[in-house]
Amino acid sequence: MLSLMVVLPFLSALFMAVLYLSMPRLKNQNIYTIIGVGTPAITVLLSLITLFSLMQGESTIYNTLFEWISIGDFNISVAFMADRLSAVMVSFITVIGTLIHIYAAGYMRGDAGYGKFFSYFNLFMGSMLLLVLADNPIMMFVGWELVGLSSYLLIGFYHHDSANITAANKAFILNRVGDFGFIIAIALLFVGLGAGGFTFDAIAANITTLSTEMLSLIGILLFVGAMGKSAQIPLYVWLPDAMAGPTPVSALIHAATMVTAGVYMVARYSFLYVEIPDVGLFIAYVGAASALFAAIIASFQSDIKKILAYSTMSQLGYMFIAVGLGAYSSGIFHVFTHAFFKALLFMGAGAVIIALHHEQNIFKMGALKKSLPLVYVTMFIATLAISGIPPFAGFFSKDAILVSAFSSEHYLIWAMATVTALLTAYYMFRMLFSVFHADVAEEHHLQKLPQSMTAPLVFLAFGSATVGFLGVNEAYGGSAWFNTFLALPDTPLHLSHTAEYLLTALNVALGLSGMVLAYRGFAKVAKPTEANTFVKTLVLNKFYVDEFYTLVIVKPLLVLSRLITNVIDPKLVDGFIGALVEGYRAIAREFTWLQNGKVRYYALQILVGVSVMSTFMLFKLGVL
Amino acid sequence: MKPELFFMLASLLFSIGIVGVVSRRNLFVVYMSIELMLSAISLLLVTFSKVLGTADGAVIALLMIGVIAAEAALFLAIIIHLYRRSRSVDSDAYQGLRQEANDA
Repeated sequence: MLSLMVVLPFLSALFMAVLYLSMPRLKNQNIYTIIGVGTPAITVLLSLITLFSLMQGESTIYNTLFEWISIGDFNISVAFMADRLSAVMVSFITVIGTLIHIYAAGYMRGDAGYGKFFSYFNLFMGSMLLLVLADNPIMMFVGWELVGLSSYLLIGFYHHDSANITAANKAFILNRVGDFGFIIAIALLFVGLGAGGFTFDAIAANITTLSTEMLSLIGILLFVGAMGKSAQIPLYVWLPDAMAGPTPVSALIHAATMVTAGVYMVARYSFLYVEIPDVGLFIAYVGAASALFAAIIASFQSDIKKILAYSTMSQLGYMFIAVGLGAYSSGIFHVFTHAFFKALLFMGAGAVIIALHHEQNIFKMGALKKSLPLVYVTMFIATLAISGIPPFAGFFSKDAILVSAFSSEHYLIWAMATVTALLTAYYMFRMLFSVFHADVAEEHHLQKLPQSMTAPLVFLAFGSATVGFLGVNEAYGGSAWFNTFLALPDTPLHLSHTAEYLLTALNVALGLSGMVLAYRGFAKVAKPTEANTFVKTLVLNKFYVDEFYTLVIVKPLLVLSRLITNVIDPKLVDGFIGALVEGYRAIAREFTWLQNGKVRYYALQILVGVSVMSTFMLFKLGVL
Repeated sequence: MKPELFFMLASLLFSIGIVGVVSRRNLFVVYMSIELMLSAISLLLVTFSKVLGTADGAVIALLMIGVIAAEAALFLAIIIHLYRRSRSVDSDAYQGLRQEANDA
């Protein structure tokens, strides 16, 4: 069943690709809709069955599809494993992924590449399922790479614009940088533990046989991979540019697949990270820095999708704070709730963009409250959720993370995360008010939205409002069912309930004040932030990080390449080979007089040769 | 008679033949020099046959005479053919195997 769940999306992707290639001018696109949306729907069923059987108390489910590589003791199977962590991940990935597929059916309607799009989309889903359900690191890496590939294909989907291709390349190349760390980590793990079997279970059982230094190295390298996939400092620059793809792609990348892979991976290797809390702390600091950094940038952006992109990076920062500090289930819980409201935000943004004929600047929108009431209400719920206002989903998960950050006694991380919470509320409501409340000079001529685009919004809004209750903390009378179910090696909290209440009150107060600040600034008249001071210029230009990377990495690389093409290759390498050739020719020219074509000379040469040989042989034989 | 005398005669004949091949340009003289060298070898074979008291060398020498006769017919035909082509019996006139230094 697990195999079926992973294989089905790949099969449908293949089928649709073949169909699209053989009949690119197919007018009736219903077949793509049926297959493209139907397949994820089947995986939803399968994943929910898996989840329920695990909830019934069944232990981890294994499923081997076939043996991939078998050389002596070295065995890699294409095998899948559904423990509680991956079952939870798979469930919300498939559910939200399917909703995004339904939405995409409306969003992409009439596009010439409709079939291609759904082929890529299913490939993306399949890759993510492979990544999550993998039974060994090798299979996980395969899924990891496929996710990178499908994101590349989808980001560059509108390939007629070269800027989109640049964005796709950027995402792909930065992910390669991360994968470099990931694959070395896997290799080190294999060298260390490969003898005892190379499944996650076997590695977890033998992990203590490795030295702490080795574990730390592996942990850091794995995290480098996560940095790339999950867009953390310093490998985050691809994420805002990835907005070049169609909006459903952004929703899929940001909510259900791709970026959550890094967090999932750290949680999957939690058995490793519990041995090395110092590396975990490093992860938490990177997460906190990314969260704050992205929140600051997001507060000044004016492109609706860019704001959401930076908010994703910021929320991912939260997740890494959690998993870094050993609160694995809180991190996964935030992944889970975040998937709902981030998918909703992106879909809402996409709906607004479509309604306004592809306008993405929030300051050219405004006053859409009346004309798009459904989108407004659902996005309002999502914004409340991401800002951490109770009782919406984001409140519970974010609160859990902030509490564990405080409880870890690394107050700097906690402070950064708390400031980020304030900024999150501010920039999210800034966007919301600018889009839906602020006055506009002229009336918008709205395009009608198809039902397939609005129905998923309602479902997700319902989810964003309620899924938080799955993980209500003990302090609020809940049993943290979500965290208990995951059964990850969490660091226990040691905080009194009073402290928790105070922290929660602080978070809610900060969230509300962010909301009020945004209301005062943007609810009536929304104006983009002007670059009138040094700090604002700095932030508006995203701290010049892209320019910095260009200067430090891209430019020197180009200079080096030019040096090699213009100097080293032609002068040094070709020069050396040329000198060899010329020298050979010069020597050969000296010998041409031997080949003068006169028979007598040849006879003489034979004579000389025979004489030399005979003399030599005579000496060798000892006659003379 | 001592066999050494025959060895020396054979060596002398062979050397004369070689010098003839290397230094003379007339194809007929070259041909005769080659024949001379072959005769020197035949002489050597017969001498060895006598010294060792077996017939092997003499048999080979007899065979060689036959082969040389056949070869003479071929050789003379080739010379005539060459002469017809370029009206020359000078071996230096035929330089088809020459390597031109400038086309390297």
